[in-house]
Amino acid sequence: METVWDVLTDFTVRNALLGALLLGTLSGVLGTFAVLREQSLLGDALSHAALPGICIGFLVAGSRQLWPLALGALVVGAAAAWCVLLLTRHSRLKSDASVGVVLSTFFAGGTVLLTYIQNQQLPGQAGLDSFLFGQAAAMLPSDLWAMGAVAAVGIGLVLVFWKEFKLVTFDPGFARSLGWPVRLLEGVLTSMIALAVVIGLQMVGVVLMVALIIAPAAAARQWTQRLETMVLLAALFGAASGAAGTLVSLVRPGLATGPLIVLCATGIAALSLLLAPRRGVVWRAVQRRRTRAEVESGRVLVDLLQLARAHGDENYASAQGMINAVYGADAQATLVRLEKEGLVRPVAPEHGTGRHWHLTPAGQEAARRLLEGRRDGREE
Amino acid sequence: MGAFLDNVDLVIIAIGALVGISASLLGTFLVLRGASLYSDAISHSILLGIVLVYLISGDVHSPYQVVGAALAGLATVYLSELLGASKRVKQDAAIGLVFPALFALAVLLINLYARDVHLDEHAVLLGELAFAWLDVVPVGSLEVPRSLLTMGIITVVNALFVTLFYKELKLAVFDAGLAHALGLKPRLLFYALLLLTSVTAVGAFDAVGAILFVTFVIVPPAAAYLLTDRLWLVLLGGCLIAVMSSVLGFHAAMYLDVSIGGMMATITGLLLALAFLAGPRYGLIARFLRLRQQRVQAHVRMLLVHLYTHEHEAEAEMENVPRALEHHLRWSPRLSRAVTAIAQQQGLITVEPAGQRLHLTEQGRRMAQEVLEPWRRI
Repeated sequence: METVWDVLTDFTVRNALLGALLLGTLSGVLGTFAVLREQSLLGDALSHAALPGICIGFLVAGSRQLWPLALGALVVGAAAAWCVLLLTRHSRLKSDASVGVVLSTFFAGGTVLLTYIQNQQLPGQAGLDSFLFGQAAAMLPSDLWAMGAVAAVGIGLVLVFWKEFKLVTFDPGFARSLGWPVRLLEGVLTSMIALAVVIGLQMVGVVLMVALIIAPAAAARQWTQRLETMVLLAALFGAASGAAGTLVSLVRPGLATGPLIVLCATGIAALSLLLAPRRGVVWRAVQRRRTRAEVESGRVLVDLLQLARAHGDENYASAQGMINAVYGADAQATLVRLEKEGLVRPVAPEHGTGRHWHLTPAGQEAARRLLEGRRDGREE
Repeated sequence: MGAFLDNVDLVIIAIGALVGISASLLGTFLVLRGASLYSDAISHSILLGIVLVYLISGDVHSPYQVVGAALAGLATVYLSELLGASKRVKQDAAIGLVFPALFALAVLLINLYARDVHLDEHAVLLGELAFAWLDVVPVGSLEVPRSLLTMGIITVVNALFVTLFYKELKLAVFDAGLAHALGLKPRLLFYALLLLTSVTAVGAFDAVGAILFVTFVIVPPAAAYLLTDRLWLVLLGGCLIAVMSSVLGFHAAMYLDVSIGGMMATITGLLLALAFLAGPRYGLIARFLRLRQQRVQAHVRMLLVHLYTHEHEAEAEMENVPRALEHHLRWSPRLSRAVTAIAQQQGLITVEPAGQRLHLTEQGRRMAQEVLEPWRRI
């Protein structure tokens, strides 16, 4: 019987898994800079521009080895980034239109080249269009080595130029004033997105690669304010989605690995957006509820104290109808909550109907403090 | 009509042109509003709508496709805007988070449930214009290719939308605040625009595929925008560029034996590059020439002012000679010679005796005065 271990040590599976881990880690690290520099969609343009790069690489090298294809993708990706920059700087097009123009025309050129290669019946071209969506199962050990080398270059660059990249990302103006070659550094950072794209060609394909650049970084951004932590988290999230996507694709034959990796990454991003402390939507909602409850409690306490003082007795029990009238809304829920906290106590009415409430000593103390705080605040 | 429909080449070109016209009519406003990448997002995520409708109805060509795709498109935009508005991620990252996820889901659903139908993701991405004429539907006594019919209807609808809401769209694009203040509901209009974009994308995806559709949305209007400042000219120019791309692209594709849709889209890109380089006012070459012209004129003015200041001084013998320009203005000999020649040509200075003394003409003096004391303009 086939055990989990057998599956994991299977040749194809192990290759795919290692590839996915490499890819996730690198795209997480490089995506961090892309997302922070608001170049997320440039990643989309670069990944689409990889298609003509792959075709040119194939035409030049005449074989379907990963090396020439990756080199072609890298060069054409850099050219595409340069075109986007040229259009943004020297034409009246906005940056989104520049990205859109480059993305779509480069991809169009890619389809032309792809059909050209297919119709020329060149040998060894079968499966070139698998780069559209990636084909993890076709991963060879030699591909892995290539991917590993690219990843090492990318991560090595980040480590070596850490300080420079950090400053250029957050305050390019200051970096320029220090006399740093900001244009060059920005160019390197942008080309590194192309690097991440290249490494994802085999696994995820050119169409969905953008998700792997954005999603892990966007997820990591929710958990931290520090670049160091963000890069590490993004790498972790990327690697986790790569591994998870590859493993899920084993469940049933025919499940494409690329889309699964993308969905895992997006899932992590969605969870982070919802749950992350401080920034998460759920966290914020809880926080807001807590603050609102605090404000409501405070107002009811102060109202009670003022009502009691108006009657010349801080232990005076006010009718709930009266409290509602002064509070301006139904205070029932807040009163019950305050009772649980031991700040107010209900009493049977001496006269009239309905419930009456009076402050406990602790409640009087709390209300007095609030009232004084309020007065101090007004004097400032 | 029948003769036209029998001419396969013409039908293919017509379909391409209709896709281009309908897409660039809408694209104009997306490009101008800075929202052009929504077309990219939409064209990917409509696949999810198409797959879901297929899974429910079991029919790839059901009319509900339009509904499903339109909903998927709007959902993409709505989700992206929601995510962007939450400030948790930047707007561009929000777009990049939403549409790949929906697209990946669609690909996965195809993988799982729709393996053997004509709905593979490659066709969706690339389309195949060459076979578009094979799929015909009867209209009266004629057999009309389905793509031609749908794209024709969509083009008419889009043209009507743009014509009817021209004023509103224009205001919404250029001054959303004012449009809102006047009660024109620019947001609603924007969503209507994106709804039509989704519908057009569904119509186009059979013919040219999702990503080439993006080309037709963004590139023709962008190219036209590089050529003119008038909105209606951008609209018209976009359509013209789309038609040109369709015609040129078809013939180029036939000649090279490559994907027709891909070639048409590539041609739009080339036309944009041409507009970028050679556009009359905003083109790179025109701007370069204008800059050079201005630089020369600035030098000429500098020469005039120099001559004017020293004209009646004792040092005029020393200052107003060609050699002084090299020393005092720090011009290279070549530049000095060139500027002197140009100024002479324009009748602003005379050189007497030849090659020695520079004199201002009356016109040159007036110009120097104007530079130095512009408030005394005569």
